[in-house]
Parts: sequence; C-alpha cells; structure tokens
Amino acid sequence: MVLEEILSVLVGIFTDYTLRYVALGSAILGITSGALGCFTLLRKQSLFGDALSHAALPGIGIAYLFAGTKDSMLLMLGAAVFAWFGGIVTLGITSTTRIKQDAALGITLSVFFGMGIVILTYLQSIGGASQGGLDRFLFGQAAALIESDVINLGILAAGCFVVLIVFFKEFKIATFDGAFAQSLGYPTKYLGALLTSVIVVAVVIGLHTVGVVLMVAMLIAPAAAARQWISGLKSMLILSAIFGGISGIVGSMISSMTEGMSTGPVIVITITAILGISLVFSPKQGYLFKYLRKKRNYQGNSSKIGNISENGRSRG
Amino acid sequence: MMEQKSGQKKPPEDEILPIKVRNLSVTYRTEPALWNIDLDFPEGKMIAIVGPNGAGKSTLIKAVMGLVPITAGKISVYDKSYSKQRSKVAYVPQRGSVDWDFPTDALDVVEMGLYGKLGWLRRPNSQTREKARKCLEKVGLADYADRQIGQLSGGQQQRVFVARALAQDPQIYLMDEPLNGVDAITEETILSILENLRKEGKTIVMVHHDLQTVDKYFDWVVMLNRNLVAGGPIKEVFTRKNLDRAYQEKQRLSIR
Repeated sequence: MVLEEILSVLVGIFTDYTLRYVALGSAILGITSGALGCFTLLRKQSLFGDALSHAALPGIGIAYLFAGTKDSMLLMLGAAVFAWFGGIVTLGITSTTRIKQDAALGITLSVFFGMGIVILTYLQSIGGASQGGLDRFLFGQAAALIESDVINLGILAAGCFVVLIVFFKEFKIATFDGAFAQSLGYPTKYLGALLTSVIVVAVVIGLHTVGVVLMVAMLIAPAAAARQWISGLKSMLILSAIFGGISGIVGSMISSMTEGMSTGPVIVITITAILGISLVFSPKQGYLFKYLRKKRNYQGNSSKIGNISENGRSRG
Repeated sequence: MMEQKSGQKKPPEDEILPIKVRNLSVTYRTEPALWNIDLDFPEGKMIAIVGPNGAGKSTLIKAVMGLVPITAGKISVYDKSYSKQRSKVAYVPQRGSVDWDFPTDALDVVEMGLYGKLGWLRRPNSQTREKARKCLEKVGLADYADRQIGQLSGGQQQRVFVARALAQDPQIYLMDEPLNGVDAITEETILSILENLRKEGKTIVMVHHDLQTVDKYFDWVVMLNRNLVAGGPIKEVFTRKNLDRAYQEKQRLSIR
C-alpha cells in the first residue's frame, strides 16, 4: 500500500508535469544553497544568511508595488536588491557603531521582515484577490512552479556555480586566512562582497520553494551535515550540494503524497533529518562512534589500571 | 617629550633597505596604537619586536603590509610601496588568528603560499604541490602532508605556517609570535630554519614575547610601547634602562 504510493510518486517525477518541475526547482535550490552554504558556515555567517533572506521580503512587495505584475523575474530582482541592502545595513551598523554583529543581525532581520509584512498586508488591503499570492514567499510554494520559473532558476544557479568555480581558490584562502590572503594582494573585502552576492542569488532561488523564513536552513543544514563526513573543502562542497539536492527531491515527493502539505517545510525537515543522521552516525565525529570509543577506552583503561595495581600488589 | 631614537644611527636617506618606516602613526578609532615611529630595518638580520601587551607590535608588521589603515606616515619596502613588493614579503600570522577546524590538510595550507605567484584564475597544479611538499619537509612534517590541520598539535600548526612562508620564497619574513606556546622541537626547528635564511641574507622580523631569549636568538631588537623606545643592535639597545621604559605602565599614558 505505502510502497505502491511511493512507487507512483517516483514514477510521477518523470511523468507528472507538476511534480517534475516542483522536484526540479527544489533540487536546483538544494544544490546551489548546499554548495554556497559551505562558505556561509565556514565564514561563521550563518545568521548573516538568515538576515539576508528575511531582508528580501520587502523587496518582493515593493517590486510588485511599482511594477504591478507578478512576473517572477521582477519580484526576484526586487528581493535580491533588498537582500543585498539588508547585508550592507548590517555591515554598516557593525562598522560605524558600537553595536556588535549579533545585535546588528537581529535589527536588520526583524526590521526588514516587519517592513515586508507591512507592505504585503497593505497590498492585500488595497487590492483584490490577486495580491494574495505574494505571501507564498514567506514559506514558499513550490507547487506553483512552472516550466519558465524552473528555467530561470536554472540560469541563476548556473551563474552561481560559474562564480564559485572560477573563484574557488580565492574564496578558499580568503575564508581560511583573510589577513594572509590580503598580504598576498587579494582584495578580501571585494571577495566577501562577491560571495555575499552569490548567496543573495541562492536566497532568491529559494524564495519560490522554501520562502524567506526557512531559507537559512537550506544554507546551513547541508553544509553542516557534509562537514561531518568530509575533510576537504572541495569534497565538502560537492557532498553538501548532493545533500541539498536530495532533500529537495525527497521533500517535494513526500509533500506530493499528502494533499495540501506545503513543500518548503517538508524539504527543510528532510535536510534536517539528513543532518541528524550525520551528527549521530558519521564515523569520525558522530555521537555514536564517539560514545563507543569512549566506552571502549574506559574499559581498556580500567583493565590496564587493574593489571598495574595487581602487579604492584603481587610485588609488594 | 622623551628622547625617542636612542641607539638608532640614522643611515643616509637614499640607502635601500628592506623596510623603512617614517613618522608612522596608526589609530584604532580614537585610540593610538602606534605613535610617530621612525625606524629602519637592516638587511640580513634576525630582528625581534618586543614590548608589553597593546604596545603595537603586531600592528607594526601589519602596517608594513597595509593590513591596517595608516593614520600618518610612510612605509617603504626596498624603496617602493608594499603593493609593488608583495612577492618579496611573507607573512606568518598568529596561529590563533585562523580557524583550525577548516576542512583542509597541511599540504593544502602550505600550497596557499604559492597562490600569490599563481595570481587570479590559475589553479594549483602538480608543480605547486611538489614545491609545497618540499617546504613541509623542511619543517619536519613530510609525513603529515595529508593530515587534517585540526588534528595537528599547536607546534605542528605553527610549523605549517612557517612552511607556507617558505613556499613564498621571499626576502623578508614578517612573523607574529611564531614561538608563542610551541613545543621545544618546533622552537628548535623554526630557529634553525630562520638561522639558515639569515645566512642567505634574508631579513626576519619577528614579534617576540619572551624577553629571556631575545639576546640569544636575535641580532637586532625593536622595543615598542606605542612609541618607539629603541631600535638597534642587541648589544647597544637591549638594556635595563630601555626595558624599564618599554614596560613601564605610566609610559603608555604619557602619549598625548
């Protein structure tokens, strides 16, 4: 019964028009945010990613307000501009005042998000039912993805990967040892800005599928899961992208099995499950093996100490 | 105002030296970190920078490389600005300044020393790998090339940083406390490498914390306390009187 259902969903990916694009769009998001999220994680900017995605919300509303259409490229542009702006505001606050980064992130995140909600509710109050669609960017609505959306997302993702591949060496050295990179002449500030820009693009890709609120999970969770298994940066990026992609596909399949279950949250739960498994079962750093090693060492030590004291007694 | 340039004989202005510092001041926000420093670093010497916490020791070598904004003054490296002389300088930052949990191995970190020569877009290749491996060998870590950097001991991590500087093959080494908290083997290894470099005519500038070993390891010393207390050959300037001046608390408050 259950098996049959799963099978039909699997087949559906290839035959069902809607499901195919939902899964494809979610996979594109997962792969992109998975790879880029590694840098967010390693630069200790996870919350920065959260602030960026929340800051995108007013951009969507304002783009709609001015353009009057729900053309997805236009809304994405508005979102990108505001996400960027949110990032600059955060950096501006930390560099010009005594406010520390965590507080600055909190300020940006809540103020921009609040602004976004205000604009969206305003739009809802003045317009007809057509404006109601905008709030889907809160938690995403992958089911609404159509072919042209997916093509757009694919182009954006490809752009991200070109930047990532071309500047991989530079991103790596600037992330690991910024001062040293600077001494070699690399403009670490601009590299940081470039990296932020591609993360903004990833956030924009995520608007349709997981929405601004849950986006940060797509940046952090795959990277954190991959870090458990992997010891090199390149392979971490690849595994993280795979984890992200898998969770996108699996999440959209699961949500398609139940009527009315939204895709974004299910994708996030899927990637969190992958993270949970990684935390417990990864061989080097997992809880399980750590526990087993500790136990074995403890017993080994006890028997050794036992032997030593035994010897001491027999000698004495 | 106290006398600042005790022990330092001014060479003629046109002589080309590894590093010349003129009237350098650096301020963080409103706090002065370095105040009106005039200093010439001679070629082919082991030079220690000493002084109490917050005396501006790290700031001085960072200022040479343009890593901190300069409020006033001028610094030249072999008579040109640093940005034109990058290939002649290697920087060894404090070990604690990076995250050693970063997913990479020892060889990879050493290879980063060659990124400057590679420039943009060109990728590390088998040649850079080979060169990095040789530098790891020099610091006695040939067997640790594939080891995760997080699994190395503190001393080994420090040696990886030194190997990375060796890979750059520079004329000047700017090192920030490379002997701080390292084991005896590491200290010995680093010192013997530096001794050989000095014999080859390289200039080594090292922020150093251990006053006991200054006269044993170095030829030259710079004593800082936001102001320049003294700079010159150990025998001339590493005196009780200068040490007292450098480490006296109220001295620091006298800056206006």
